[in-house]
Amino acid sequence: MAKTPQKNQAAPSGKTAGQDDKGSAPSSDRLHGHTQVTDDAPGKPELYDASEDEMLEFYRQMLLIRRFEEKAGQLYGLGLIGGFCHLYIGQEAVAVGLQSALNGDLDSVITGYRDHGHMLAYGLDPKVIMAELTGRQAGISKGKGGSMHMFSVEHRFYGGHGIVGAQVPLGSGLAFAHKYRGDGGACLAYFGDGAANQGQVYEAFNMAELWKLPIIFAIENNQYAMGTSVNRSSAEDQMFRRGQSFRIPGIQVDGMDVLATRGAAELALEHVRGGNGPIILELKTYRYRGHSMSDPAKYRSREEVQEMREKSDPIERLKAKMIADGHSEDDLKKIDKEIRGIVSDAADFAESSPEPDLDELHTDVLVESY
Amino acid sequence: MSTTKMHAIQGVNAALHQAMAEDEKVLVLGEDIADPEGGGITGAAQGLSTKFGDRVRSTPISEQAIVGAAIGAAMAGYKPVAEIMLMNFTTVAMDMIFNHAAKLRFMSGGQTSVPIVIRTLTGAGWQTAGQHADHLEGWFAHAAGIKVVAPSSPADYKGLMLSCIQDPDPCIFIESAGTMFIPSEVDDDQGPIPLGKARIVQEGTDVTLVTWSSQCIRAQMALEGFAEAGVSVELIDLRTISPWDRETVLASAQKTGRVLIAHEAVRDFGPGAEIAATINEELFGKLKAPVRRLGAPKCPVPFAKALEDAYIVQPADMIAAVKGLMS
Ligand SMILES: Cc1ncc(C[n+]2csc(CCOP(=O)(O)OP(=O)(O)O)c2C)c(N)n1
Ligand SMILES: [Mg+2]
Repeated sequence: MAKTPQKNQAAPSGKTAGQDDKGSAPSSDRLHGHTQVTDDAPGKPELYDASEDEMLEFYRQMLLIRRFEEKAGQLYGLGLIGGFCHLYIGQEAVAVGLQSALNGDLDSVITGYRDHGHMLAYGLDPKVIMAELTGRQAGISKGKGGSMHMFSVEHRFYGGHGIVGAQVPLGSGLAFAHKYRGDGGACLAYFGDGAANQGQVYEAFNMAELWKLPIIFAIENNQYAMGTSVNRSSAEDQMFRRGQSFRIPGIQVDGMDVLATRGAAELALEHVRGGNGPIILELKTYRYRGHSMSDPAKYRSREEVQEMREKSDPIERLKAKMIADGHSEDDLKKIDKEIRGIVSDAADFAESSPEPDLDELHTDVLVESY
Repeated sequence: MSTTKMHAIQGVNAALHQAMAEDEKVLVLGEDIADPEGGGITGAAQGLSTKFGDRVRSTPISEQAIVGAAIGAAMAGYKPVAEIMLMNFTTVAMDMIFNHAAKLRFMSGGQTSVPIVIRTLTGAGWQTAGQHADHLEGWFAHAAGIKVVAPSSPADYKGLMLSCIQDPDPCIFIESAGTMFIPSEVDDDQGPIPLGKARIVQEGTDVTLVTWSSQCIRAQMALEGFAEAGVSVELIDLRTISPWDRETVLASAQKTGRVLIAHEAVRDFGPGAEIAATINEELFGKLKAPVRRLGAPKCPVPFAKALEDAYIVQPADMIAAVKGLMS
């Protein structure tokens, strides 16, 4: 009897018409409540049953990201921020839902250049993040990395990477370290729908499954890679299936619903912490703004963006639920006000703190200066 | 003769349109380059997909496959022009470029050829930090079997692109952000400009200044400063880094006896070292001063504006170096 485990039983895949088809344009109807899993997935994730306090915290964090990014957009417009600046507006429920499930003392995180939201979801001080955006010495990378290259090794946040897809093999290395040390931690490696077409992603998939590394491959499918829509660039645009030939199970959830992303994170973490190897989480989401600040966004219609904002906004959806649950609107307004204060303090700090000394060109290149 | 005022990228666009119309073997591929995606990050491919249909392909973000497919199609008789959005992303495809495009003709004993062009954008000055702004011409110039072209003027962008497409060997065509915002008149029938030939931007007698790409633009910004300092500078735009125009550079160096080389790439082990060494080998004893080089410090391109300004060789640095050569 062959003892090769048959992970992919030929069971019906449970396809629902319209969900699984390639090539349809993004629309909010295609996001809501749609959960799909591969046949070898450890189960179907549930909506997270959040306590009132947890919901408040999700709300607070998502709002902080939203307001922070709006402010970053303004500062960019004023010329206080330069370079590429990729805003996370619309995708807040992904970072907040996933990272809230992590063990902050143990797990590691890595992502691409659209990284401000992930830093904030980690509870890092908005001041040092904003000061990095304005290129100041007090910035989290001393002004050397900027918007795309934020790091906080103290919090096991390993960047902030500009080469599309490169964070995925790096994440495998982080996961290898968790496993080798036996510390019980896991790595959460984020990448985009576009990055999913990089060859190195698949080299990392294979190695991670082969070595049963504790890593969650979190694909933030915001439907576009710069100007290219996911179905114009992907032979398989159902990203959660991308690990199938490596026997990596996949889960697709509504990434605009923080309770869904958190629920999926719980299931995924249980899987990887259990020594079962990696898992793919596809979070279906949407970016409201251009790819970066310099994107004229001619590749999609205003109506498409408008529809997403109106029907799928992660913050509005959580707010509606909280109010339906009996939360007072005044309370939420208070949070909004408090966050505006935090963000404006961060901006003041980022505008007023000093630029790096020119000697910084020669430090941190190697251990010694030369 | 009629002319049109255009930017560098419009020069590239005009060359691509012309080459595709003249030769149906010319294909264009790259990320976001078809019209629905915007015609490329700078718009250099605008209008091509509308006009030439499936000879123009937007690709997934898969640099290795982009260059690999270009090489394969080239071996089979096509002339692909591949856009690698930014020069730092060529590193993802380095195996294809260095081990394959550059070597297949030789390793097959001349049976294969790889007439591809890789267009790629780069340049510091826009705060795009460590992974989006490197000038890597030295990496490619170090390889046998590949040509490296880095124009500075709109006419050269057009003429050199036409030559690269016609060339039977692989060419890297570097489009530097620092060259992109100064429009000038280009002859409507501007044809191919030979590879490997420098352009003398300004004649002079005291100092030879060898530049290319963005540093040729910054050198032109320094011309007044040189004049004010009373130094007659012969400014050379090398245009092709490999193979480079030794004849023109050596003739000028012999005339002036003083040479400054300025490039945006890191100074250490940069292309300037090769040029300086050649001048020393050929003209030892005839020089009035040691050859000087200006380039970026040995550090990744920094993000903060102040650091980035200090990182880039500025016109003022060239003026100071030219004065130094005279004293
Ligand atoms: C290797 C490489 N190729 C191309 C780019 C240019 N680029 C930056 S972001 C991007 C789109 C990525 O899209 P996706 O992975 O979907 O992430 P999103 O921006 O949507 O978050 C591209 C093509 C790059 N940075 N690195
Ligand atoms: Mg995307």
